[in-house]
Amino acid sequence: MGIYKKTLLDPVFQNNPIGVQILGICSALAVTTKLETAFVMCVAVIFVTAFSSLTISLIRGQIPGSIRIIVEMVIIASLVIIVDEFLQSFAYEMSKQLSVFVGLIITNCIVLGRAEAVALKKPPGISFVDGIGNGLGYSVMLLAVAFFRELLGSGRLFGYPVLLSQTAGGWYPPNGLFLLAPSGFIIVGLLIWALRTWKPELQEEEE
Amino acid sequence: MEAGTAGGRGMIEHYLSIILKAVFVENLALAFFLGMCTFIAVSKKLETAVGLGFAVVAVMTITIPVNNLIFNHVLKEGALSWAGIPNVDLTFLGLIIYISVIAALVQILEMALDRYVTVLYTSLGIFLPLITVNCAILGGSLFMVERDYDFMESVIYGFGAGAGWALAIITLAGIREKMQYSNVPKGLRGAGIIFIVSGLMAMAFMLFSGIQL
Repeated sequence: MGIYKKTLLDPVFQNNPIGVQILGICSALAVTTKLETAFVMCVAVIFVTAFSSLTISLIRGQIPGSIRIIVEMVIIASLVIIVDEFLQSFAYEMSKQLSVFVGLIITNCIVLGRAEAVALKKPPGISFVDGIGNGLGYSVMLLAVAFFRELLGSGRLFGYPVLLSQTAGGWYPPNGLFLLAPSGFIIVGLLIWALRTWKPELQEEEE
Repeated sequence: MEAGTAGGRGMIEHYLSIILKAVFVENLALAFFLGMCTFIAVSKKLETAVGLGFAVVAVMTITIPVNNLIFNHVLKEGALSWAGIPNVDLTFLGLIIYISVIAALVQILEMALDRYVTVLYTSLGIFLPLITVNCAILGGSLFMVERDYDFMESVIYGFGAGAGWALAIITLAGIREKMQYSNVPKGLRGAGIIFIVSGLMAMAFMLFSGIQL
């Protein structure tokens, strides 16, 4: 069991896909103005990474090397279509808010990266767990960014007012900048800084 | 087409506004965070950034109109009426088709570069396949569908969006080359400081957002 636990937990901090490998940031930033959207996005990404790794690993013996990228893309795209259709029928408002970013899970480098690095080489069980682990690593980072952005940008968490804003008669002047693009970049930058100060072995060499 | 006969000038202004919006106001990299993986990984050297930038412009100018044609004539609800089957709605196949078109076109571009422009091919190296998974490319196609552009608009938008992305990565590469001389705190070196720099760039680009076109 040890190896499964390590595969599951390693990507969460030690080898975090966003913080350490700098993958899958595209969608990470755009959906983080609210915790709610970020949370749905996390679930979607965990689902897609886990099942794409599982499927690719199951047929890894049959995929010819030269067309493997196309095969992987088709599998990933099919899974994303399932997620997209599911959201459209059961959570229409949410799917409108996420707009193109659900579709963009296809090009999320984490998914393809796991397929290439793990699913093509290892048996289904471990690939599946690895997929979940990386999805979780992504989620931790995404929720952390969304936490700061929603809290400071609108004084809410999951839509519930935490810091009462001045417009609602409270004391907190919401900082609109946190809802805009630049803050996303800067918060990820600071989180990476924090992660690397906590685990100095992750620091990069002089360029 | 009606507007075209009413006055060519109105049309040109319309296209101009699409292109300016795509490059500055709705910059794919800095306003929508698209193509970040490549944005961070390939911006170390100005030269490669310029090469990749041009590759992205080329791929986007081709893929977005092609996807536009496919969407309007095959996938859209009722679009298949020319084939005698008017009641089909294939929009759910969109994602898988767009990404296949992109993958195929990137492959063709790669082969063409390998054959005719070997210098560029060797310098871009492994990054060309990365264009397939560059979210900016797929994102461009998805935005095109969401905004219901017609064919001509999609050509203009494809070029503008690609140019905006190229502009962003080239600027970032320029800043990174200069940054070698600065003393960045240890934990912030590499990815951390690049994000913060991109954040500042995004802030600068926000100034364009008030422009009325």
